[in-house]
Amino acid sequence: MPAGTLYRGREGMWSWVAHRVTGVLIFFFLFVHVLDTALVRVSPQDYDNVVATYKNPVVNLLEYGLVAAILFHALNGLRVIAVDFWSKGPKYQRQMLWSVVGIWIVLMAGAFYPVLQHTLRTVFGS
Amino acid sequence: MSAETSTPSDAVELTSTSAGTYSPDNPAPVIEPPRARTSRSPKKVSRTNFEMWAWLFMRLSGIVLVVLVLGHLIIQLVLDGGVSKIGFAFVAGRWASPFWQLWDLGMLWLAMLHGANGLRTVINDYAERDTTRFWLKTLLYTATVFTVFLGTLVIFTFDPNIQ
Ligand code: HEM
Ligand code: HEM
Repeated sequence: MPAGTLYRGREGMWSWVAHRVTGVLIFFFLFVHVLDTALVRVSPQDYDNVVATYKNPVVNLLEYGLVAAILFHALNGLRVIAVDFWSKGPKYQRQMLWSVVGIWIVLMAGAFYPVLQHTLRTVFGS
Repeated sequence: MSAETSTPSDAVELTSTSAGTYSPDNPAPVIEPPRARTSRSPKKVSRTNFEMWAWLFMRLSGIVLVVLVLGHLIIQLVLDGGVSKIGFAFVAGRWASPFWQLWDLGMLWLAMLHGANGLRTVINDYAERDTTRFWLKTLLYTATVFTVFLGTLVIFTFDPNIQ
């Protein structure tokens, strides 16, 4: 253990950092997303041109990253709510954090093909 | 301390400078209760429960957003070939239904307000100078009002026969 006085939290601190980082990322995405959707008021062509970037393989991978951020933020957000409102929440907060991580891994594995199917079909498929 | 044989074993140890020498001329240091207002607290005292309502809103909106946003992601990224199908015609099909218009409207307002309030907390935490905080929040609120307004307008004025 370090000898200094630097605050080092345990899992709880890192889940808080991750919750904050993912929340800010999603907010910035949403800002851009409302702007790109607004192009439906300009013309079908302009909208379809911008949506084409969503189908680029690199951007498709970023979408998988966005799903990762949202799934973590959502699951951990429910954990924070349980800690605040459920009488046994604080006692089980660590177990709940590891459940969040476990469910997140399972859902991310399950989302891999559906979310990346466009890239898998167009780049690797026939 | 060990020299003082009268000290019970569970007593709090005092340092040599503070031990037992307080008097009206040498008063013990005052430790403020955690929420007491001191000369260093901000001047303005809040008379509302705004922060409590904001705290509650984060939790209630979060629960609703789980359904709205995860549902949205499944529709847009998973069902019917994933992202491949998205285009003007797809949006026209979806916004032909008031149900999905209302879904998107609720998602827009709740996610924007939830995210904006979250960012307000982040700004309060990291921007130390009053002027920095003021300008960052001005930027945040302007962007939020603009985005919510634009998104609402787009949903209500959508025209499938535009051109
Ligand atoms: C990469 C993933 C995403 C894709 C491909 C996507 C796609 C779309 C599409 C096609 C629309 C048009 C209307 C509709 O079909 O419902 C839309 C609207 C919308 N989406 Fe998404 N979306 C994504 C992620 C998100 C996320 C994470 C959020 C929330 C945090 C979100 C919030 C919204 C909102 C609020 C609208 C309505 C916009 C408006 O009022 O103009 N979307 N999205
Ligand atoms: C999907 C469902 C969601 C749930 C269950 C959820 C839950 C929560 C909760 C409970 C908090 C408060 C944390 C605290 O007070 O310590 C929070 C904070 C936050 N959320 Fe969400 N949220 C969701 C979606 C979103 C979305 C879509 C955005 C972005 C538009 C977002 C951005 C933020 C931000 C920026 C914070 C502040 C983080 C901080 O202060 O550290 N959240 N969320």
